[in-house]
Amino acid sequence: MAGLESDVIEIIAKQVNREPATVKREDRLADLDIQSLDVAEIIFAIEEKFDIEVPYNANETNAAGINFDTVGDVVDGISKLAARKASKKS
Amino acid sequence: MNRVVITGLGIVSPLGHSAIDLGAALKAGRSAIGPITGIQNPDLGAKVGAQVKDFDPLAHFPENKLSLLDRCSQFAAVAARGAIKQSGLDFRNGLGLRTACIIGTGVGGLTTIDETFLAVYGKGAKRVHPFTIPKMMINAPGAHITMEHGIQGPSFTVASACASANHAMGVAFHMLRSGTVSAAVTGGAECVFTYGTLKGWEALRVMAPDTCRPFSRDRKGMVLGEGAAMFVLEERSAALARGAEVLAELIGFGMTSDASDIVLPSAEGAARAIAGCLEDARLRPEAVQYVNAHGTGTAANDATETKALHSVFGSHARKLMVSSTKSMHGHALGGAGSIELAATIVALREGFIPPTANYTGPDPLCDLDYVPNEARDAAAEVAISNSFAFGGHNAVIAVRR
Repeated sequence: MAGLESDVIEIIAKQVNREPATVKREDRLADLDIQSLDVAEIIFAIEEKFDIEVPYNANETNAAGINFDTVGDVVDGISKLAARKASKKS
Repeated sequence: MNRVVITGLGIVSPLGHSAIDLGAALKAGRSAIGPITGIQNPDLGAKVGAQVKDFDPLAHFPENKLSLLDRCSQFAAVAARGAIKQSGLDFRNGLGLRTACIIGTGVGGLTTIDETFLAVYGKGAKRVHPFTIPKMMINAPGAHITMEHGIQGPSFTVASACASANHAMGVAFHMLRSGTVSAAVTGGAECVFTYGTLKGWEALRVMAPDTCRPFSRDRKGMVLGEGAAMFVLEERSAALARGAEVLAELIGFGMTSDASDIVLPSAEGAARAIAGCLEDARLRPEAVQYVNAHGTGTAANDATETKALHSVFGSHARKLMVSSTKSMHGHALGGAGSIELAATIVALREGFIPPTANYTGPDPLCDLDYVPNEARDAAAEVAISNSFAFGGHNAVIAVRR
């Protein structure tokens, strides 16, 4: 999962034009100046990277069962989705 | 300044192809939103839309003309025919030289673009139809209207995403008011139900999975629509002198830019457009009774629009009747403003206010009278119709019965 975490952080960092090393799990997306369109772009990048579907609708909070509050929330949510996909395959 | 009246209204919409059908649907609060049909690929995130049904191109055009007419142009041409027929105007006796044709559309010939690109990229086609370019170009709908009716004055197409139709109609209104032209055919058209376009909307993560519930607490986003509405505008005394039936008077138009975010709306930009429209119409806020809202059903738009209405109308905001007819005909994007002006005019003339359908309950951020679910009998005289677009383009038009 360490690989997934660094991949997700790298995607988020790229979105806000920062060095991945400066983005921490506890950072709130709002504090990183991530707006709704950024979230859509981040999810797109994550879906492409991990070949998963993230059911996110900007009009609903928590629609995907994933919290988009902190970087760690996103990492954990994507981990679950990736694990679900892996278990389906096996 | 000339007074400007509407003497013709034509429409092709998910709620029917005439003002009578549109009025009946709005009065009944009937929504045309349903499962999207006609798209072969089932891999769609947004599965509902408000599509134009019962539209047979061959009932309107000879088969050998259809190779030039994208579905968007077909809608526009049929709506314009209806408007011009109702007005009784003939543009071939000299009037055409002093008549404008100003049409709003967001993208134009999307069906043609989608089909052509699928053919060359997806299926390896070696050649495409020779009319591909003139068929898909964004100005084609307006061009066909000028050619069919002999309109030889200013003609151009306005693209400002979801505000396109309001911008087109507002500019036509101002040209008539200033005396630049003697008549205008104006409105909007859009036709977005192609697989590529739907995937694009899906990727924005703003589409509702079930239906469009503007201003409602559990709204989940927008639902796409399609169609066209066209109007004939004339200088009032000329229309009255020839005994034309006046459907409504256009009285004001305001437009602003947010200059902030490409997709997120701004209450400040919207409020300036509404206030600018009232000023242009020389209207006191208290004179407005009905607002046909932009009301897309997204979390962001509906709360922002409500805030803008509060800021312009003050204590009168609570007395306004505000509804989003997108809950019934979907969001026709560049054509939306025209269908919504048609809905507004029909409602004012028939003495009712169209409801906001699919409404389930109030959101604390949306605390106005949205005329939930049932049309209301009311003899409103003055209404405004809002359009706020991606890109931060705001355009508001005011109309009097």
